[in-house]
Amino acid sequence: MLNRNFDVLIVGGGQGGAQAAIALRQNGFGGTVAIVSEEHDLPYERPPLTKDYLSGAKSFERILIRPATFWQDKNIATLLGSRVISIDPQAHVAALSDHSPLFYRTLIWAAGGAPRRLACTGNDFAGVHSVRTRADVDQLMSELNHASRVVVIGGGYIGLEAAAVLTTLGKRVTLLEAAPRVLARVAGEPLSRFYEKEHQARGVDLHVGASVVCIEGRDGAACGVRLVDGQVIDCEMVIVGIGIAPAVGPLLAAGAAGSDGVDVDENCRTSLPDVLAVGDCAAHVSAFAGGRRIRLESVQNANDQAMVAAKSIVGAPQPYDAVPRFWSNQYDLRLQTVGLSAGHDAMVVRGDMASRSFSVVYLKNGRVLALDCVNAARDYMQGRALVAARAAVPPDHLADTSRPLKELAVEAAI
Amino acid sequence: MSALTATPKLIVTDRAGVERTIEGEDSLSVMEIIRNAGAEEPFALCGGSCSCSTCHVYVDPAFFEGLAPIAADESDVLDGSGYRRETSRLSCQVVFHNALSGLKVKIAPAD
Repeated sequence: MLNRNFDVLIVGGGQGGAQAAIALRQNGFGGTVAIVSEEHDLPYERPPLTKDYLSGAKSFERILIRPATFWQDKNIATLLGSRVISIDPQAHVAALSDHSPLFYRTLIWAAGGAPRRLACTGNDFAGVHSVRTRADVDQLMSELNHASRVVVIGGGYIGLEAAAVLTTLGKRVTLLEAAPRVLARVAGEPLSRFYEKEHQARGVDLHVGASVVCIEGRDGAACGVRLVDGQVIDCEMVIVGIGIAPAVGPLLAAGAAGSDGVDVDENCRTSLPDVLAVGDCAAHVSAFAGGRRIRLESVQNANDQAMVAAKSIVGAPQPYDAVPRFWSNQYDLRLQTVGLSAGHDAMVVRGDMASRSFSVVYLKNGRVLALDCVNAARDYMQGRALVAARAAVPPDHLADTSRPLKELAVEAAI
Repeated sequence: MSALTATPKLIVTDRAGVERTIEGEDSLSVMEIIRNAGAEEPFALCGGSCSCSTCHVYVDPAFFEGLAPIAADESDVLDGSGYRRETSRLSCQVVFHNALSGLKVKIAPAD
């Protein structure tokens, strides 16, 4: 019979949930642990879904976070295909969608988010896809043979990565971004323009400032995307990458503080007793965002918060203060970001963008906030100390590629 | 079983100092082989994209020279580790092949 009592119940089997379980065991936690996941697969890495998995370069087995035997060996129960629909924080009970209860001492909420859907008509036609889960991507891939023209809606990392892979696979890709430039939410204009040109050079038909009116369909299947200017872009497939909505409904309904996500403190504790949260849905106060409460949708954040939560549970709390890091691969370009650029008041381009190896350094009040490094792993690694210390570095020094960033860090007396 | 068909081996020492012999697999990265054998520690957190140093290993000197040379970006990432040594590699960047059977690596301390 299924055990329904767990010392730690982890809701969500993505990077954060999986890493929390791994970290608990690594820190010597001997109690019972379960991961309950809505998905039917064991924990896997999501980033390859729009890269090596979509391209076919890696099989599903190669993106598993750990092999199936690991979870058995570590006595971590995996309850797959199960969704938590409500929790009772006083009774320490989580209810599944069939209303059966799971009892916990401590709950780690790592449910991530659900992809935002288009609000317009046609959003439910066959051939309209999001790319959040393996199931999403398997469905998409099963239809690819019958699609030669693909419209990608959303010029964030997910949309751009999907566009890169599909173009490489020989599809005719149109990318639509509502903002005046791609990556507008996360990067400065020089980086946006660089990526726009790269995609265009590979044949992507890129439209910025493009507002979608509806998806056109024939016999229930998408056959085009209508823009506000009346233009219809014919296609056999639509990929929607317009962000996620954090999956925190049951927590907020139970009274947890939060709005966009669930609020957590520096040890990943929510306002509910014995309920922690990590990953995409955890709204935390970040020194790297000027003390604002933010959510970060990244592997690094999920991993590091998972470790913070595990430490907190084993009684060795270690406040979350990791420098935000982010990675995105498109074509032969490896973007590595350290820090958060939002709120910058100055930018310095370090290196020659035409050489396709450069960094954009973001500053606020003369202090380094973040770096976007394209094929420039050295700046990415050495820039971390500048970001961690919010170092004050003269812009002309940052622009001088003959001076390694670690030298500038020494000068800034970090 | 003849030597030609014997399963290739990889010998891994984890951060706690425990040595294990695991099965190698042709064309997978050394990182993937270690992870598939059930790494207990935070390991390969970036999924093998040369963006963190949690899969950093020390390669047995007897094998180090026989590996494909280190690329600039891998070297740059290793430079960011406080534990880099002469035989350091990011195991996600080292492709295992059967001729490497017996390869010995030690997982470096976490930064």
